[in-house]
Amino acid sequence: MIKSHSDLEIISLEEKQNTAQYRHRVMCCNSTACLSAGAHGVREAFEASIKREGLEPQVQVVPVGCMGLCSQGPLVAVKSRLPNQETGGKTETLYHSVNPELAETICQEHLANGKAVEAQVLSPELPFFARQQRIVLANAGEINPERIEDYIARGGYQALLQALSTMTPLEVVESIEQSGLRGRGGGGYPTGKKWRMLHEAQAESKYVVANGDEGDPGAYMDRTIMEDDPHRIIEGMTIAAYATGAQQGYLYVRAEYPVAVRRLETAIRQAKRQGLLGNKILDKDFGFSLEVRIGAGAFVCGEETALLASIEGKRGQPVLRPPYPTQRGLWQSPTMINNVETFANISSIIQKGADWFRSIGTDSSKGSKVFALAGKLNHTGLIEVPLGITLRDIVEDMGGGVAKGRNLKAVQTGGPSGGCIPEAYLDTAIDYESLQHLGSIMGSGGFIVMDNDDSMVDIAKFFMEFCRDESCGKCLPCRAGTVQMYQLLDKISKSQASLDDLARLEDLCDMVKHTSLCGLGQTAPNPVLSTLQYFRQEYLDLMTDSPPQVADKAINYEALGEG
Amino acid sequence: MSRIKLATVWLGGCAGCHMSFLDLDEWLFELAKVAELVFSPIADAKVFPEGVDVALVEGAVANEDNLELIKKVRERSKWVISFGDCAVTGNVTALRNPLGDPTPMLKRIYLAANVVTEGVPSEKGIVPALLPRVMPVHEVIKVDAFLTGCPPSAARIQAALEPLVKGELPKLEGEHIRFGQGA
Amino acid sequence: MPINLNINEQNLKAQEGETLLTVARREGIPLPTLCFLEGLSVAGSCRLCLVEVEGSSKLQPACALKVTEGLSVKTATERLKRYRKMIVELLFAEGNHVCAVCVSNGNCELQDLAVQMGVDHIRFSYQFPERKVDLSHPLFGFDANRCVLCTRCVRACDEIEGAHTWDVAGRGQSAHIISDMAQPWGSATSCTSCSKCVAVCPVGALFGKGVSVAEMKHQPAVVDFLASARREQNWHKKEEQ
Repeated sequence: MIKSHSDLEIISLEEKQNTAQYRHRVMCCNSTACLSAGAHGVREAFEASIKREGLEPQVQVVPVGCMGLCSQGPLVAVKSRLPNQETGGKTETLYHSVNPELAETICQEHLANGKAVEAQVLSPELPFFARQQRIVLANAGEINPERIEDYIARGGYQALLQALSTMTPLEVVESIEQSGLRGRGGGGYPTGKKWRMLHEAQAESKYVVANGDEGDPGAYMDRTIMEDDPHRIIEGMTIAAYATGAQQGYLYVRAEYPVAVRRLETAIRQAKRQGLLGNKILDKDFGFSLEVRIGAGAFVCGEETALLASIEGKRGQPVLRPPYPTQRGLWQSPTMINNVETFANISSIIQKGADWFRSIGTDSSKGSKVFALAGKLNHTGLIEVPLGITLRDIVEDMGGGVAKGRNLKAVQTGGPSGGCIPEAYLDTAIDYESLQHLGSIMGSGGFIVMDNDDSMVDIAKFFMEFCRDESCGKCLPCRAGTVQMYQLLDKISKSQASLDDLARLEDLCDMVKHTSLCGLGQTAPNPVLSTLQYFRQEYLDLMTDSPPQVADKAINYEALGEG
Repeated sequence: MSRIKLATVWLGGCAGCHMSFLDLDEWLFELAKVAELVFSPIADAKVFPEGVDVALVEGAVANEDNLELIKKVRERSKWVISFGDCAVTGNVTALRNPLGDPTPMLKRIYLAANVVTEGVPSEKGIVPALLPRVMPVHEVIKVDAFLTGCPPSAARIQAALEPLVKGELPKLEGEHIRFGQGA
Repeated sequence: MPINLNINEQNLKAQEGETLLTVARREGIPLPTLCFLEGLSVAGSCRLCLVEVEGSSKLQPACALKVTEGLSVKTATERLKRYRKMIVELLFAEGNHVCAVCVSNGNCELQDLAVQMGVDHIRFSYQFPERKVDLSHPLFGFDANRCVLCTRCVRACDEIEGAHTWDVAGRGQSAHIISDMAQPWGSATSCTSCSKCVAVCPVGALFGKGVSVAEMKHQPAVVDFLASARREQNWHKKEEQ
């Protein structure tokens, strides 16, 4: 049981000593993206060939989290205690596209003889890595997410201890307020304000909930944080519970993230055993318990009131606000819901101070944001960048631009609730307001790049299909409106629509946006509206005066007669 | 005063709207003073004429013949009025739509349960082929005004015709536009 | 506590805690509703009673909006009328509403709404979904083709009768009403055959067996009577007093 600073120090020291006895630390990515590219076999190959070479006392093989450049996975990093002459004095070497054969070669050449397999090495100076600022992903790719000791060795749970022993709950709330942290789930609501509301709520029981129901197509920021650094989320939630007076917390994770669920459950078990969850946390008069709740994979359950309904075991559909969850949430008690990425920022803010956090980002949006780069880029994967970086920096510098001979057309941010930003606006510095101003949103961090091969109508249609399928069906505008909008987009994409149809589509967008009950419906028209705003000509080019003849499909009676 | 050229058309429907039209009773004489009936299932003309001012279209577009006729009606008429619920909504004529493609139904009726006919009636030029889906008129052509009801009552028909014979499009509202029950 | 508010440029007084819909109804200001029913909890899902609130960019449902001092709203702007008309059109387009053969023809809230909104045709494409009819109950029938998913039956059954026979299954365009665990109504053991669901149905989806076209007259006020009678412990019908 950890009770004090020295207890944390002991674990940390033991862990560091344990690592220090090895010459090399082979860190194999164990995140979902690399696992699906065969990372598991790579780690087994390392272990087998290290054994064969008799290197076991010198080399430690560690399953770690995501290193970011998922398009070139599986990734393996080799950290060496001593700088290596043959590798130009570096202590860390990152290999891409590792397969079991390459693992064997690395073992024989690099681990045994100190000679890096240069052909497969990625430079750390690659802008993809160099321009990142990792706060919530600080441990991703560094620690074994299934060992609490690894987390503690990198300063984990120091923030919790600091909060519990040197700050009052109100001071914690104030510190989060001062940091300027805003909700990372997409809305950008000031986190401190939410914390204060729960802090001030008078109730016998209060709850904090982490939203890990990430469902945007192409987005996996939250999954990665949960898989790679589960303790960071637990620590953030525990600090939140202390600050707000909540006794119980829930981590709501979608069932499609089995690795995240398993690691979070492991982490909760470890934290309980160490006295970091449960009664009398860190020997203080403060108790907090945490449970994972698995969602059945409905996108709408990312909406906070639907999420709460789902936790309560009810049908996952939104209810009217107000009352807001901080007034009346889980089982009628005040409840605060933050995105997992929001919680993952907390420990760093407590440890390094609100001023440090404020120094990163723009006037209105502080700190960093994780984006999932996808689409027509040379480098795709997960990045964490300071807010205020321009879209162009991400696309052209970090993402390496689009393939040769292609032209960049637009960037889609914010998933199905977001919009397409055309090339002309790429010099915009990213923050919540600037993206909204361009007709898109920050969202949870989806970032899809499109080139001149991509049809904007098809993009809009894709997202509309997604929203149609994910609509819960409670309110009419979203339930029936998305169906009609999808059909119109389908008609347009097949060159079967008239200008009347386009006008009808725009009417529907306007109505659904302003009358839907929850955020899903209110934002469902965004991909259409933003593509219409910037790429209207593409829609107009698909219009027709002569829609296909219905009579062509009339029933052939002669063929019937024979049946 | 010259009379307007009035046509009434019967597509996929039960002719109930036309029956209701006849319920205009003595007002029909008034109508005859200002309108000339140039085409109608209750008149002799076999070909839909050119230069029609107002065409009342009963029924939904259900088969090839309906489709061909409605296009001709649109080309040759100044105003096309959807006349009754089948024309406006599909209504009873469209009850088959939720079942999807009618082929299995035709086979079941005419082949599997063959009682009266030999095979599916398919005489070219006599039995028009069904369309895959029954459509309200405005899904096929532009419609200028809508006259709801199953059937629209004589009073409602009169309320629509009165402005039409004066060269104005009707603006029906309130109980006059209720679907289903004719007011 | 009495408060001042303004509806459509008209200064009014109301009690704090009342909803805007209650105030509007009392003052004779028309507001269309479908999912709302006096005596049941508020669903806020039909979106017909949305109003414009001064100082807010978001439209608010009058059925849930609690009046506050200084509240200023508009209930019938051109924009709201346009939205409401589209909502009614979409309701017609998503189900199979064949008024001519419906038990509720002439006694139907959806028909009434179309009349109010000036809907004389539907601009959106009819979906013609394939939906079920459940006639397994000895006294009542359920025709999903006519259902508008207002969930009044679900709430009446749960909140007034306490049986919770009805609920919603499926999502989006496939959302539909089920009895018990998607059992035929006739074998739903939780059903007490109390008929409250039939009473509150705004359309012809729930009906008594044996009624023909245009013969079904619903009695939605029954739940308000029951709810207030229970609250006030007074079981005499108002006209009997």
